[in-house]
Amino acid sequence: MVELAWLIPALPLVGFLTILLFGRRLGDPKAGLFAALMPAASFLVTAFVYFDLLSREAEERHHVITLFSWVPVGSLHIDMAFLVDPLSVTMALFITGIGSLIHFYAVGYMHGDPKFSKFFLYLNLFVFSMLMLVLGENLLVTFLGWEGVGACSYFLISFWHTRDSAATAGKKAFVTNRVGDWGVMIAMFLAFTTVGTVSYSGINEAAEMGHLAPVTATAIAMMLFIGACGKSAQLPLYLWLPDAMEGPTPVSALIHAATMVTSGVFLMTRVNPVLKVSYDWAPTTIATIGAITALFAATIAVAQNDIKKVLAYSTVSQLGFMFLAVGSGAYVAAIFHMVTHAFFKALLFLGSGSVIHGMHHEQDMRRMGALRKVMPITAFTFIIGWLAIAGVPPFAGFWSKDEILLFAFANNRALYVIGVVTALLTAYYMTRQVIMVFYGEARWNDHSDDHGAHGDFKPHESPKIMLLPLVVLAVLSAVGGVMQLPFSKSTHFLEHWLEPVIEFGEADIKKTWAYDNKWLLLGLAVVVALVGIMASIAVYSKKKAKAIEPPILADAWRYDSAVSSFVGGPGKAAFHALALFDAKVVDGAVNGAGNVTRSTSGVVRKVQTGFVRSYAVILSIGVLLVLAWFLFRGVSA
Amino acid sequence: MIAASGAAVSFPALSLLIILPIIGSVLVALLSERRAEYVKLAALLTSVATGAISLWVLAAFETHDAGFQFVSRHPWIEPWGISWHLGIDGISLFLVVLTGVLFPLVIAGIDPHHDEKRYLAWLLLLEAGVMGSFLSLDLVLFFLFFEIVLVPMYFLIGGWGYDNRIYAATKFFLYTMFGSAFMLVGIVATALLARNDLGYVTFDLVTLAEKSSFATDTARWLFMSFAIAFAVKVPVFPLHTWLPDAHTQAPTGGSVILAGVLLKMGTYGFLRFGLYLFPEAAVWARPLFLTLATIGIIYGAIAATMQTDLKRLVAYSSVAHLGFIVLGTFAFTDQALTGGVMQMVNHGVSTGALFLLVGMIYERRHTRVIAELRGLQQVAPIFAAAFMVVMLSSIGVPGLNGFVGEFLILIGSFSTARWWVVIAATGVILAALYLLWAYQRVFHGEPDEANSSFAELKPREGALLAVFIAAIVFTGLYPKPMLERIEPSVKKLIEHVEERSDYTQPEIEHSEGEG
Repeated sequence: MVELAWLIPALPLVGFLTILLFGRRLGDPKAGLFAALMPAASFLVTAFVYFDLLSREAEERHHVITLFSWVPVGSLHIDMAFLVDPLSVTMALFITGIGSLIHFYAVGYMHGDPKFSKFFLYLNLFVFSMLMLVLGENLLVTFLGWEGVGACSYFLISFWHTRDSAATAGKKAFVTNRVGDWGVMIAMFLAFTTVGTVSYSGINEAAEMGHLAPVTATAIAMMLFIGACGKSAQLPLYLWLPDAMEGPTPVSALIHAATMVTSGVFLMTRVNPVLKVSYDWAPTTIATIGAITALFAATIAVAQNDIKKVLAYSTVSQLGFMFLAVGSGAYVAAIFHMVTHAFFKALLFLGSGSVIHGMHHEQDMRRMGALRKVMPITAFTFIIGWLAIAGVPPFAGFWSKDEILLFAFANNRALYVIGVVTALLTAYYMTRQVIMVFYGEARWNDHSDDHGAHGDFKPHESPKIMLLPLVVLAVLSAVGGVMQLPFSKSTHFLEHWLEPVIEFGEADIKKTWAYDNKWLLLGLAVVVALVGIMASIAVYSKKKAKAIEPPILADAWRYDSAVSSFVGGPGKAAFHALALFDAKVVDGAVNGAGNVTRSTSGVVRKVQTGFVRSYAVILSIGVLLVLAWFLFRGVSA
Repeated sequence: MIAASGAAVSFPALSLLIILPIIGSVLVALLSERRAEYVKLAALLTSVATGAISLWVLAAFETHDAGFQFVSRHPWIEPWGISWHLGIDGISLFLVVLTGVLFPLVIAGIDPHHDEKRYLAWLLLLEAGVMGSFLSLDLVLFFLFFEIVLVPMYFLIGGWGYDNRIYAATKFFLYTMFGSAFMLVGIVATALLARNDLGYVTFDLVTLAEKSSFATDTARWLFMSFAIAFAVKVPVFPLHTWLPDAHTQAPTGGSVILAGVLLKMGTYGFLRFGLYLFPEAAVWARPLFLTLATIGIIYGAIAATMQTDLKRLVAYSSVAHLGFIVLGTFAFTDQALTGGVMQMVNHGVSTGALFLLVGMIYERRHTRVIAELRGLQQVAPIFAAAFMVVMLSSIGVPGLNGFVGEFLILIGSFSTARWWVVIAATGVILAALYLLWAYQRVFHGEPDEANSSFAELKPREGALLAVFIAAIVFTGLYPKPMLERIEPSVKKLIEHVEERSDYTQPEIEHSEGEG
């Protein structure tokens, strides 16, 4: 079965091409259903590949499929090739699995949109690119997918492009990501000039065998991390992600929560041996940026009123957790949290989409409330997602977050403290969201006129095709923790599975205080989650305390506006100055010289004769120069 | 050796590539103006025939042969050692094919607004000049074609261009002439100085490059005299200001040809006449040209960002893109040079297509001012999609042609010009910025009244763009056929440079893992 792994990205590509040619004819909903079948079929293939790999010995779970020679010049050989191993298969499983669920959901969500089939065209292209990214055998194939998902993200964020804010958000996402892509490109150049290849096996092997100097390894790792900061929305490049919420909600769930934004974490895990042989400050930097981003975004999420913005900042924060894991050498935990986060965050986004759908495109939580009564299934599944992200046992997020905190504690206690504070805030702001949306009093009646419903506005539950994915994701969010339970060696399933890929880079914490006292830390995590939840209930439900939502948090610490005003102010002015310099100085000199020539050669205005004479003038200058040459230099030469 | 290799063909394919368009041009000029359909047919037939021969050359080209193929050599002005010497290798092959294919497309796809007969006659003469420049292996012959090109281009811009066409045409003509004057001096001096070595006067490129040697200083002076002509043609910063005017004022067909092949005469000239004739001097001049190229990449991109005229924006993007090609040329590695040659073609395809699209916008809206356009994606989604694909190619998104060339240039230059690459690579960020911003202003948003009747892509336009887009996608996904034809000649050129200078290409070591 492994040999057929090329089918995994091929099927969504077929979907893309089919919809490109016949999308309009298929129409609503057939185009969407067809598109949804493609990742679903990919999921089946991936599952077969998974079981095939599982049946093999650990060291044989590494299979390269070469399609053709892509960029061969001199000593550079880059193949269009796939690397099928536990890491790529894990990624492909949840991408295709969650991807197909979101496709089905979108059939309901996008129903009636005039560009229905186009939406699925982009969505299939996205899944294809994402699969290329994770299945790539070398950095360049990954980069093909990397830029591909970036382009699709751009298309989908600005899907409703007649809205200026959507168009701007799409552009912002693409350009910001390009800053990161610069880093990935430099990393590729470094890898090629030092190890002679951009293939993962080549680079990682060089690192493992000690052929990679620490300084080079550090440079490669940090350049890739710049790319990861762009794609996975870390400080200082996270700015595009909150704006990306302009896209349709299924896009937010698929691209900006579950899959694309985790690419950076995947990439760092892929090259974990390189990070391992880097200078110590490299992983420390990654862990620190991750932790700070996690805390930073969590504080912002506390004060957001847009249902999707809360989730967007929460995603930035959770991605920060994953980088905290990567920097702490906890690759298993990073992937574990990536998968559980994909479950519960996709669930929460789709749930918010269901709310928005039922509320006739209202996104302000201050106009919601008590929706559990009219949208029972959405509410129930959303609550499961909430418990999972808040870190309440036994839901999935609890286990994965706890594993990260365990490694963080062993690695750097200051970062552990930041992680715990973030966990507390996470429980707090998610509880706030659940209360504002589903509990309390219904505030939507006051605003019914805004929806054009003239008084008889009533939110409604979403259609079955949207609810079914919610239910499936709710189940996964509830039980997803079984992948990796801390009870005994035999329950560390994910760790055993990923071992061939990460064993070189994974930190060994067996002999640390944290490991010996992990039940204590686990208990503390539960307490922290409960404190966060209780505090939030006290503030938003029982109204016992006043909410702390200072404007500076609602305004995201004014970082975005500072950057925007710099770009729009001094940045733009500098660009203007250069354009002016070009017109006045560089071109001015040329025209000035031209005028001098014209007046001295006495050429009349009439152009035809003008240019002929100038031609003559220049030719004679040329001849003079030749003569001068022979007089002054030719003799001696 | 160089001149002897290649298929011994009985029929003079390369000469025909030059002569056919000339015949076409004369034929068009002689035909009566009243039989417009015959005029068009004659032009179309000769350009299609030329294109067919160029494709035949591509098919018959020996892939792994680094030397000149299809060589045609006849004495011309014997006492002065000038000959009709043509040949093609991996460096010129795809430029010749691009020229061969681009002209019939322009003739078939874009109608001039008046005086079709004269327009077509100039266009065909232009084709002959471009072909001649890419095929000549004799300095005088090359100079002749290099100069001939100016005349039809001058008349095309001056006769069929926009409001400020006379100014732009004159500027283009004089600026390029100014550069060529230096080259003329250089050519004459090269031949005369080489006589000391050879014992006879010859303008034959291969003989001069392989057999003569110049004093270090002399070679550097000679190199610079050629380099100025090419730097203007490319154009290299700060000699670029003729380009935005010429591009913007030229009729669409003229812009497509200008961007597609004319600028490449400069970058091609650097390789064929700069590096090949004066290897040591080219190595000496590296820091200068690497620096100017890198400045050009950033400077062109920033200037492009601030343009208010869509066509001018595309013109400035050319300055940036050609900076990449010059960077690759002066990095002297297999990957960088191969990428550079490839990028000459890629830029021709994607920027050519961008000019076509901007031309189509002008036809519909009679404006190129970005601020007057809005919301076109809403009214013409297929047109917008075509623009998007071409734009992504220009931005350098992997999977499309532009990326492969840029990537090869940068990865190849990294070993010899590391810090230049680190800066130049930021050009990819700026490219996304200026194109996406322009796209947003032109295509996104709600169309206002003036733009709401913007017509969707017509079948003829669609067919024309389909050719470009097919080339963009194919080259991006499967560049191997192109790379394996370019590479041998590039390698040979680098070896030539290594033999005649103290430069050696750094060896990239393979890791054990992936042999």
